[in-house]
Amino acid sequence: MAKRSLSMTIPSDFEAGRRVKDRIVQALVAVGFNHHSAFAVRLALEEAIINAIKHGNHLDHKKKVRVQATVTPRRIEIIIEDQGSGFDRRRIPDPRAEENLEKCSGRGIFLIESYMDKVEWTHGGRRLRMIRKNQENGPHPS
Amino acid sequence: MFPDVPLAWMDGMADVNPPVALSRHKDIRVVEFTNSKIIDELNIAEIGQTLTTIIDEAPTPKLLLDFGLVDHLSSAALGMLINANGRIKAKNGQLRLANIKPQIYEVFKITQLNKLFHIHPTRQEALASFT
Repeated sequence: MAKRSLSMTIPSDFEAGRRVKDRIVQALVAVGFNHHSAFAVRLALEEAIINAIKHGNHLDHKKKVRVQATVTPRRIEIIIEDQGSGFDRRRIPDPRAEENLEKCSGRGIFLIESYMDKVEWTHGGRRLRMIRKNQENGPHPS
Repeated sequence: MFPDVPLAWMDGMADVNPPVALSRHKDIRVVEFTNSKIIDELNIAEIGQTLTTIIDEAPTPKLLLDFGLVDHLSSAALGMLINANGRIKAKNGQLRLANIKPQIYEVFKITQLNKLFHIHPTRQEALASFT
């Protein structure tokens, strides 16, 4: 079975983040991820990398973001770790709640958790591990 | 903390076209997104500034956003749209979204922003919905 592993450490800037994302998406396409799953991973990856650069490392160029991805035709596992002060996932409110619906921010984490099969925040919220299977129908967030 | 591993340049430079195309239909301003992705932070800021200018110059703004070319968007793009919606509401204006592809509509649906925005399948239907 084709397996691709990528490990990259980037500075905290959006252009570097975009290149990492493009590289992982290329690997997904190369191993045959379907359109639906590739869309889901791309969206989650975008949000996760932006979170690490912007909210984790606060765009501090001295701080790095480490990205690891393991891709097979059946699944992708991605680990993203920043060097910020972390966060407590339990304190992030539900953006779908009526009182939050018109807030301009706070949807990135929700989207990651909606589009990936498994999501774990460890190391005080500095490290994200997320997995998505290559399947046509799931997860379809409701 | 992390080893400094250089990352090779990838192809696909940032979009260089203006991120929106503006037109007018009677008293309705039509804004069509011209890139397939609304994810780049600078791009989103530029679009947000354009929308703010359009909204500010009309006493009661009527704005239609056409997503026909959009394949990807981020939570920052959603934030920009919510900001525009709030500004339009504050002036008793009207905002309509149209031509949203199914995978993008799903993002609106799971975030329940389909309840906040008036979303129409086509530009024609959106134009007809303004009062």
